[in-house]
Amino acid sequence: MFRLLNLELQKLLLNRTSKVLIFVSFILPFFVILLSSIKINVFGFFTLELGELGVFNFPIIWHLTTFFASQFKFFFAIVVVSMIGNEYSNKTIKQNLIDGLSKKEFILSKFYAIAFFSLISTVLIGLISFCIGMYYSSYDQIDIIFRETNFLLAYFVKLLGFFSLCLFFGMLVKRSAFALAFLFILFISEWIIFGLITWQFDHHVATKIQNFFPLQSMYNLIEQPFQRVAMSKFPEKAELAYDYLVHWYEIAIVLGWTALFVFLSFKLLKKRDL
Amino acid sequence: MESILTIKNLTKKFGYLTAVKDLSFTINKGNVYGILGPNGSGKSTTLGIVLNVVNKTEGSFHWFDGNTSTHDALKKVGAIIERPNFYPYMTAEQNLKLVCKIKGVGLNKIEEKLEVVGLLDRKNHKFSTYSLGMKQRLAIASALLNDPEILILDEPTNGLDPQGIHQIREIIKQIAAKGTTILLASHLLDEVEKVCSHVVVLRKGVKLYSGRVDEMISSHGFFELKCNKETELLAFIENHPSFSNTKTDSGLITAFLKEPLSSEDFNKQLFENGIILTHLVQRKESLEEQFLQLTDNN
Repeated sequence: MFRLLNLELQKLLLNRTSKVLIFVSFILPFFVILLSSIKINVFGFFTLELGELGVFNFPIIWHLTTFFASQFKFFFAIVVVSMIGNEYSNKTIKQNLIDGLSKKEFILSKFYAIAFFSLISTVLIGLISFCIGMYYSSYDQIDIIFRETNFLLAYFVKLLGFFSLCLFFGMLVKRSAFALAFLFILFISEWIIFGLITWQFDHHVATKIQNFFPLQSMYNLIEQPFQRVAMSKFPEKAELAYDYLVHWYEIAIVLGWTALFVFLSFKLLKKRDL
Repeated sequence: MESILTIKNLTKKFGYLTAVKDLSFTINKGNVYGILGPNGSGKSTTLGIVLNVVNKTEGSFHWFDGNTSTHDALKKVGAIIERPNFYPYMTAEQNLKLVCKIKGVGLNKIEEKLEVVGLLDRKNHKFSTYSLGMKQRLAIASALLNDPEILILDEPTNGLDPQGIHQIREIIKQIAAKGTTILLASHLLDEVEKVCSHVVVLRKGVKLYSGRVDEMISSHGFFELKCNKETELLAFIENHPSFSNTKTDSGLITAFLKEPLSSEDFNKQLFENGIILTHLVQRKESLEEQFLQLTDNN
């Protein structure tokens, strides 16, 4: 396992473009969260301090930081599709196999790299959230601090699932730009199918089915936190209430997709003549 | 003899096209093999199948004694296919390190093998800055990293300039001299003739011949003759029992033998008959001529 991970890390970290993108995808959310936590004086008109809104209180901070950090997953998605695309365009995938890597090992080395970077990202976000939380939070009881840390697990699973999807698209179309286009097409077609089901049946059924779609199921893991912040400000408005918690079945659905995408990538490579 | 690669009834179809048809042969340790065939005869497909990058349609093959999986066996094989494929953004040394990690061998051979192909002074340059000849030499270095039991080369001199071709051939000869089994696919016949002891001849995916180079066609060779008394010489050859037919081309007479006859005896017979030659050469068909005969006849 470490041999395969080591292989993939060498391929990624010696490539300047992917190095920059990896750096951006980790450091940018880190800085955005850090910057938003400090007091900003907007040209002397007013001071903006998000901390005062209570968004950095435990446990809501876990929700907030993982949600914002996951918006930056797109940078690493580019790395994932290009690491497949490059192997095809340089024909190094062929050379790797000739040198004695099995097709299974090839896919696994990509998957391990994805899991590795998802894990690092999760740990980083966990650390920064904890530090900011400790600094700003009005609550510091242990049980409140660690309540809802399952958002971190959700974050990890979300990244893992999304990058596995990118891996599969990369294997499917062999070219990075097309793979990203496919991602966009999938996003649109999920909404079109959702619309069609709503039109044919009703909204309730459509939502239920939509929850099983790949991109929607990943989104469901960490829903937008704005409504929740609003809820905490206006607790009397019952129509704001929504289900923002991480549920085990949401994680199970995404893990199911992850397994399927990795398996399909392997089947695809196995069937293909290079 | 210890076998390295055994292929049995291998068939590969791309849709309606049959690229390789019912191919069987065995590669034994210590010989230098050539796979010959015109472009599109199935050479690269066959190599692709045994190298795990092309899926076979039917038949089977196994490496060594048949007890190792293909990808493990490939760790003991060195192969170069058509074009050198490396990561353009890595230096030669980094690329070779990656190959070492895949093959599971130590990093200590890198310098030695770069030395063999004469790239040691360029080891810290990026692969993308290399010329085609250098890329091809790096590919050979990479294939040699594990001190392979067999070296597979597919058109190793394709697209190179004469110097590049010469360098690659010298390297191949050095490797062959050390007793490494080599499998060389090529359509350049003089290349194969210079280094190979055995050949497999393919055409349209079908095997026409496999065996020793010098036994490829049953031929006793021919004489190339010149003489001032051309008509008398032709008449003499026509009545001679050892010759099958003759060919005259701008004063050069080519007489084909159907049974062994030494140039010494032949010259003596002619002299006794009052015919004096100005030119006498006894030759066997070159591999190219043999190859053309073989592919035309079938």
